[in-house]
Amino acid sequence: MDSVLDWLRPDWFFDLSVVQDDYNRGRYLAGLWMTAKLSTLCILLSLVVGVVGAAAQGARSRTLRVLVGFFVAFFRNTPPLVQLYFFYFAIGTILRVTGENGLPQPLVSNFGWALISLSLFAGAMNVEIFRSGIEAVPKATIEAAEALGYTRLQTYRYIVLPLAVRISMSALGTNLVNLVKTTTLAYAIAVPELLYVAAQIWSEDLNVREMMNVLLFSYVGIVAVLVWVLHRWEKALRIPGYGG
Amino acid sequence: MKTLSNHAPVKGHLPVLLPVRRVLLSDIPLQDRLFNVWTAAALLLAFVAAAVGPSFAQAEAAPARSIAAILLEWTPSLALAFGFNVLISIFAMAIGTVMGVGLGILQVSPTAAVRKTAWVVTQFFRNSPWLVLLFYCILLIPFKVSLFGVSVPFPGWIKAVIGLSLPVMAYMSEFMRGAILSIPTGQWESASSLGFSRGQTMREIILPQTVKRVLPPWMNLYAVLTMATPLVSIVGVNEVMSVTRAALSAEGRVDLLIPMYLYILCWFFIYCYPISALTSRLERRFAVKL
Amino acid sequence: MSWTPDQPIVSIKDVHKSFGPVEVLRGISMDVMKGEVVCIIGPSGSGKSTLIRCINALNDIQSGSITVEGQEVHDPKLDKLALRKKVGMVFQQYNLFPHKTALQNVMMAPIKVLKQNRADVEVRARALLKKVRLEGKEDSYPGELSGGQQQRVAIARSLAMNPDVMLFDEVTAALDPETVKEVLVTIKDLAADGMTCILVTHEMGFAREIADRVYFTDKGVIVEYGPPATFFEQAKDPRTRQFLSQIL
Repeated sequence: MDSVLDWLRPDWFFDLSVVQDDYNRGRYLAGLWMTAKLSTLCILLSLVVGVVGAAAQGARSRTLRVLVGFFVAFFRNTPPLVQLYFFYFAIGTILRVTGENGLPQPLVSNFGWALISLSLFAGAMNVEIFRSGIEAVPKATIEAAEALGYTRLQTYRYIVLPLAVRISMSALGTNLVNLVKTTTLAYAIAVPELLYVAAQIWSEDLNVREMMNVLLFSYVGIVAVLVWVLHRWEKALRIPGYGG
Repeated sequence: MKTLSNHAPVKGHLPVLLPVRRVLLSDIPLQDRLFNVWTAAALLLAFVAAAVGPSFAQAEAAPARSIAAILLEWTPSLALAFGFNVLISIFAMAIGTVMGVGLGILQVSPTAAVRKTAWVVTQFFRNSPWLVLLFYCILLIPFKVSLFGVSVPFPGWIKAVIGLSLPVMAYMSEFMRGAILSIPTGQWESASSLGFSRGQTMREIILPQTVKRVLPPWMNLYAVLTMATPLVSIVGVNEVMSVTRAALSAEGRVDLLIPMYLYILCWFFIYCYPISALTSRLERRFAVKL
Repeated sequence: MSWTPDQPIVSIKDVHKSFGPVEVLRGISMDVMKGEVVCIIGPSGSGKSTLIRCINALNDIQSGSITVEGQEVHDPKLDKLALRKKVGMVFQQYNLFPHKTALQNVMMAPIKVLKQNRADVEVRARALLKKVRLEGKEDSYPGELSGGQQQRVAIARSLAMNPDVMLFDEVTAALDPETVKEVLVTIKDLAADGMTCILVTHEMGFAREIADRVYFTDKGVIVEYGPPATFFEQAKDPRTRQFLSQIL
């Protein structure tokens, strides 16, 4: 009973001792920066994967469509952690080059594998999101463009894509928020991001509760920033009188 | 007319084919055309063949066991561990769903304070990383709790179940809120004009109507949860990923790495793919009716 | 073969068209001279919309021929862009581009498709919007306009391509009764300017007022046609008479 009460006692709640210690603050900020870097690069790369994949799914080549379809289905229906392990432990062990000292060196760093793996995972979702956005553009609007003499490419560039991006916005936002949350998996392959440095600090200083709270609020803060950015973007794209 | 009859068969040939193909194929969504049980099975076979195939060549040269044999040997342990993942996912889903439905109903409470608190709780757990919530529960829930002299033990896997149920609760709460708000207000009005209380209206009229809307995202959430269960290996609870790692270090063979991880990926794929396929089918069916 | 203005600008000969097993057009023929206004009426499902979509190559045909200014529309070697410069089309559901303002909707195709000079196009686009009586609505988005206003933007958008023939596919069918009139006035202005117009319509009063000829289609064939005065007063075929008695 004591331990339950102890656990619920609120005095530790805003005890951000991590910020008072110079050394720990430095580590925490380095972790925060790593998480920010990993998240930003993953978002950008996953958007590229999404756009290219969605374009490939609209291609005439059946082989290409089927390949992209398999990629999307596989990455969407397997655990991101196992994907990460697959890249880091399986592919990473084989992809090695001989370094200057004659010893085998990994070709891609931990950070690199986290970036590749998470971007492919989120990118597979983005392919699906963009594809359904493109499919949601009314056939009649495309037909009107055709009747005005637009080529297939022009219709895509000037009519379908601008509308599809707007239709996809909310699903895309959810997925990107998920992606930022998923960057914590990089902990498992020792990328020194926020969770990793937090675990280091709490195992040294034994301040698990305080660190945990700092960690949770840090992520809620990071996600809030992303949501704000996405919201601004959505607002900038809003068309008067169209949609909700 | 001569030129016309000359190219009429050619013209007639293609357009006749086109509309027919359009009716047959484009009515079936692309996803279904590409992925069904058959292509999924074929995909799996292809993967296993790709993973196992090269090992046969090796098996002849070296006395070492073939990779296929090793995979087969470990399959019972892996299956048992995978069953544990499934068990964790079912418990976490059950707890998360019950709490999520409650929290979702609180999110549409007529009392502003309740509504806002429920909203904050939902957003907090929805926007926190799963792994961080897992750490939180594993490290901060005591390993046993004494209630009125009875000590209830909390083994790691129960804590992991609780940790996984928190985000499930938050997502479920959002689904419920969305579904309840999507029911036309006329339903509330007509119920209250018939003398139903708010609670009765919710139970008898609103909630039954939300089931259809919540079912597809709920199923999808279950697939996502199942794919999150390997996370518990990071916080020290044994499951399929731990067994895999143990198997790999016991065998100590570099050529086993890729086949083994692919094998585990396929396990999850076979379990999760039918769920998400069914989900998108339901989504489409309901979308037409709504 | 080269086309001269004394020949039909649109010539349709024995056109057959089916969607799968359903034959929608079963041997349709008609000629339209430059400057003529032709209305096609008939019960729904009689193939009238399909027919005018075929003129613009939005639908394929199985057999027969459609020529516009002497050029075979369903020739596989046809330059579709050249055809679509000649033939403008207005749809029942307006189909404006929702992410562009009224002015941008009118300007886009000439700039992107015909690669014309932006400044010239803008002058012309503003004049066209004025012509369809939408001065002051240049910067509104389609979602901010009424159905009738959107339909007039769609007409201006088609006119910006300088077509020789305009096709109207039940352009007032989706409109409120009050706004139908403003669109009809716009079309009447166009007809008065000498534009060749082919309309599919349910507005019998309007057809009688502006058409040079009225065609009645039923089940994929043309049952009867003639100048509106004789057509509406002395229809010969019982199917025409029955249709007219239901509608008038």
